[in-house]
Amino acid sequence: MPILELSHLKKYFASQKAVDDISFSVDQGSIFGLLGPNGAGKTTLIRMITGIFFPDEGEITFNGRKFHPVNDVIHIGYMPEERGLYKKMKIGEQALYLAQLKGLSKKDAMEKIKEWFTRLEMQSWWNKKVEDLSKGMSQKLQFVTTVLHEPKLIILDEPFSGLDPVNSNIIKDEIYKLAQKGSTIIFSTHRMEQVEEICDHIVLISKGKKILDGSVKQVKQDFKESLYSIGFEQLPSMNGSGTPFEILGQKEQSYIVRIHQNNTPNDVLKYFLQQNAVILSFNEILPSLNEIFIKLVEGTSVSRQFLRTESVQEKSKA
Amino acid sequence: MNKIFIIIKREYLSRVRRRAFVVSTFLFPIFIILIITGSVFLAVKSTEKLRIAVSDEHFIHSLKSDSSSAIFEYNPDANQKNFDDKGYSAYLKLHPADFAEGVDSIVTRKSLGLETMSDIRSRIRKAYENTMLEQKGISRTTLDSVLNVISTYPNAQQQIVNNEGQVKEAHEGLAYGIGFGSGFLMYLTMFIFGAMVMRGVMEEKMNRIAEVVISSVKPFQLMMGKIIGIAAVGLTQFLMWIVLLIILFSALQLFIPADAMAHAQQNMPGSQNATIAMKIMQQKDAFMGGANWPLIISCFFFYFLGGYLFYAALFAAVGSVVNEDPQEAQSLMLPITMPIILAFVILTSTISHPNSPTAFWASMIPFTSPIVMMGRIANGVPEAVPWWQLFLSMALLILGFIFTTWLAGKIYRTGILLYGKRATWKEMIKWIRRSS
Repeated sequence: MPILELSHLKKYFASQKAVDDISFSVDQGSIFGLLGPNGAGKTTLIRMITGIFFPDEGEITFNGRKFHPVNDVIHIGYMPEERGLYKKMKIGEQALYLAQLKGLSKKDAMEKIKEWFTRLEMQSWWNKKVEDLSKGMSQKLQFVTTVLHEPKLIILDEPFSGLDPVNSNIIKDEIYKLAQKGSTIIFSTHRMEQVEEICDHIVLISKGKKILDGSVKQVKQDFKESLYSIGFEQLPSMNGSGTPFEILGQKEQSYIVRIHQNNTPNDVLKYFLQQNAVILSFNEILPSLNEIFIKLVEGTSVSRQFLRTESVQEKSKA
Repeated sequence: MNKIFIIIKREYLSRVRRRAFVVSTFLFPIFIILIITGSVFLAVKSTEKLRIAVSDEHFIHSLKSDSSSAIFEYNPDANQKNFDDKGYSAYLKLHPADFAEGVDSIVTRKSLGLETMSDIRSRIRKAYENTMLEQKGISRTTLDSVLNVISTYPNAQQQIVNNEGQVKEAHEGLAYGIGFGSGFLMYLTMFIFGAMVMRGVMEEKMNRIAEVVISSVKPFQLMMGKIIGIAAVGLTQFLMWIVLLIILFSALQLFIPADAMAHAQQNMPGSQNATIAMKIMQQKDAFMGGANWPLIISCFFFYFLGGYLFYAALFAAVGSVVNEDPQEAQSLMLPITMPIILAFVILTSTISHPNSPTAFWASMIPFTSPIVMMGRIANGVPEAVPWWQLFLSMALLILGFIFTTWLAGKIYRTGILLYGKRATWKEMIKWIRRSS
């Protein structure tokens, strides 16, 4: 059952169509990747899901009913990309304050904070001030305050930025645990290797439109280009035409080949066996999400234009 | 509602616990007390009297006075060259008969201050006055006794009669003091607490906590929570100041001998306000009975809250559109601070002319009414301000702050989430027009 369904969501600002007719659904308990280049409309989309913005058109269904920001906000935990804390406040009080704003009673909030602080080894932080924390430490605190009230839907925007590998792994493990317990996680990033590792399902948006929607496995299958890597004991010399493949490159003792449209991997193996080549390995090369991402984003002419103007702006700023 | 209360509590506690709050709460009354005791001690100290040699024996009797800061002595050996060798600070040369010979002069090595000089001058005039009175056959003691009797007569009383023939007394001096004092306090608080709201909003935006919070509460709740929380901080500080000042003043009276205080009051180089305050203190009864205190105090609280709410929302809106650069805040604040300053300028003329057209309009328009109306109310309701004017002004102020809060809420909602660039006025107008 989907916990969140967006249908034909639109949000136009004066100068641009930030979100232009986007629909998708997120299954309960899944880890969902919301991907897109800078300025694609991810943040606007998330702000509508969290009730900060109202959509101009379209509908959001949350937990089977029409999304009601004031009532449903307690079931949502949102860690924005632009996030911070009150610098002069003590860590414990800060966590307590944010939990109470979510609607937890003081007693419940206290219990849960203590539990989380113990789990992430933050007990000694209670009376420290935020300004005394390192960036990684305050990220950890932000994560705790996001998930403290056990939300059904957790939205994390670039949750690993600024975290070292050790703390990244701690947070990653907690994300898995939350998903196992039934929480749904929407994960927004442009770090594809993390998406590949964590997410079940992804949606890619660019220039306010959805350009890709599917499971990570399926998407990779859809974009594969019949590429294989074949390892040999000794590279066979290649001459003559009429092979069932073309060679795209070679790396040490292996060829990278693309199989012609009407041929199968078996045809390739047969060909090399006939040549008496000793085959050590034969692997399909699936495209990385990174490659798919770049291909799709660059393929949409509007976004290419966007990226260009963006880089011009960057230059003029510098 | 519950969430707004949580926000108010945080805004309030985080400020009240701050060292700067505690320090300013305690230092301000101590500072005021120090200024007052300082001037008392200076006045007491400067009673070390100057010895002045006088050229003319004839006037020496009239020049002498206990309250004067100088001792006048006739010494035939002293002249304007050797007076300091003879132990005098100055040499006074009088030409009472013929000013063609030259004006009276006080010769000295070190320059004498304004106060000493005016004291000496008034003694000289008094001496001439006495001589002339005696020539006309009136003795100084006769004149003094007449003046003494007159000074005990009550002053002419301003009486205001309404259509039904009811008579009311007016205390214009007291009204001036109350009007100016409350108007000035209003002016100060708008700046201090308005700026506090603005800085609070800027801090939330720059710390990037704003988006975290408004995923839990509405932006409007966050804005109102801050505004109300800071209003509570302001009221707390006022209350503390009043209590501390009362305690310190009563403690002070125990430590300073009464005659030193009385002496200081006479010699205090006080400003106009200090003398008014002094007079008010001396006439406690007139002070308590001379004004409609319940009305003035309740009006003060109404206009303080109304005016604060009116401007605080605008300050919050400015804070929400500023990015990183405090200078942006300066230029955006200008359209808000200008009317406050203008109101103060109008107040100064309103106190003397509470029924002028400027005073009337300025006390109706919510931009200036909190400050200007206080200056008018002090002159009495309904004598100076008819009831309908007071109620119209209050109603307009309520409508005014509802409007500015609504307006600010719209700007704030968008501005607080906009990073990187400063919004232009044109964009802000667009945000206001956009429906939610």
